[in-house]
Amino acid sequence: MGATAASSDHHSWDDDKTEKKPFESSYGKMMMWFFILSDALTFSGFIIAYGAMRFKFLETWPIADEVFTHVPFFHGEFPMYYVAFMTFVLIFSSVTMVLAVDAGHKMQKNKVAWYMFATIIGGAIFVGSQAWEWKTFIKGSYGAVQMHDGKILQFVNAETGKQIAIGSEDFPIERQHSDRAQHQSDNGLWFTKEGSLPAYTIAEVQDAFAKNSDVTIRTEQMDMTAKKKQILSREDATRFLAQGKQVVTGANLEVNEYGNTLFADFFFFITGFHGFHVFSGIVFNIIIFFNVIMGTYEKRKSYEMVEKVGLYWHFVDLVWVFVFTFFYLV
Amino acid sequence: MAHDAHEHNHVALIWKVFIFLSIVTVVEVILGIIKPASLHLTSFLGTSPLNWIFLILTLVKAYGITWYFMHMKDEKKWLRRSVVWTSIFLIIYLATLLLIEGSYLNEVMTPHLKWDY
Repeated sequence: MGATAASSDHHSWDDDKTEKKPFESSYGKMMMWFFILSDALTFSGFIIAYGAMRFKFLETWPIADEVFTHVPFFHGEFPMYYVAFMTFVLIFSSVTMVLAVDAGHKMQKNKVAWYMFATIIGGAIFVGSQAWEWKTFIKGSYGAVQMHDGKILQFVNAETGKQIAIGSEDFPIERQHSDRAQHQSDNGLWFTKEGSLPAYTIAEVQDAFAKNSDVTIRTEQMDMTAKKKQILSREDATRFLAQGKQVVTGANLEVNEYGNTLFADFFFFITGFHGFHVFSGIVFNIIIFFNVIMGTYEKRKSYEMVEKVGLYWHFVDLVWVFVFTFFYLV
Repeated sequence: MAHDAHEHNHVALIWKVFIFLSIVTVVEVILGIIKPASLHLTSFLGTSPLNWIFLILTLVKAYGITWYFMHMKDEKKWLRRSVVWTSIFLIIYLATLLLIEGSYLNEVMTPHLKWDY
């Protein structure tokens, strides 16, 4: 305290170099490591909880390849490609980050700034992709019917087994109902409202199903030897569909056209928590980027702050490696 | 002179690790798209060999990121151990308990699921 008052040239971080340090690591860096340790345990708690629920519903869990099949600007089914691109972007932004740290060791201010800039851009591309992935998942691709006991029925071509969308030309649906008024909070039940009206009623889907003999139903139940979802015969399918409650499109926290709602819940929660980490990482990186430009670390004669945010940024990448494996691969 | 060479090697090492991580990711994605039946539909130690491959490649990637990008390699031995051992022990512990619990719930619940209407 007295030292800082005595001389304006003397800084607290000068002391740091002469003091004995545990693990020969600076206070800030060591604390960042232990923060990362605790954050890693938080993430593993979430991912392991996902694993426990997946083990519980092993025979009915959605197959990720059938859920995440979209790529922006392309039509058709491309499982894995987009998420592979996202993984690649994040790994590459880790590389530019570690190059920034390396340039910091050599006191190359301009190089640090440019590498930090590239890292921020990479992070922004990743978060944007994640938002797109969420949007696509929420919007859904084929639509499905939810039964009264919550099970999901998807429509497939009886011969090829390929999934078809409700209301598409392969499975046209005649609209019989006049649009009922949407339930707003100021009419009907007090203080409740609905998001949007379902496109088709269950009666219309049942009617269309009876007319389209080349359409049948795929249930959530998996044949564990072939690792494929069970496809019902037309007769069975009609009986299953008679138990239908509502048409669902897309996924949210209450219902999921791809199968078990828990899959959607964990997906939103874990990728959301990770996305929030990426977002805050970008904010930290921007702050440090401006400090670099203003020469703060040049004056300080140490770029250790770049190293500390770098640790956080690599950790975010590290978590993604696990999210990628457990949500998309296994 | 020797100092310069060391610094140059460090940048080269970063790019080498990046290429290695990219190759591992590409292998994972290719296996994930093709899903060879011999690896996907067989069972080895409780799950398919494909899942074991994914799990091991993930740990290899995690090692690459932690050791070379986060410079864990250059930290003092006991800083490294206090972070790495703690996390590995606690994660394995929690995973073991919860996955056993998950399979137990599956065993108890599955016979009661209705697939006949």
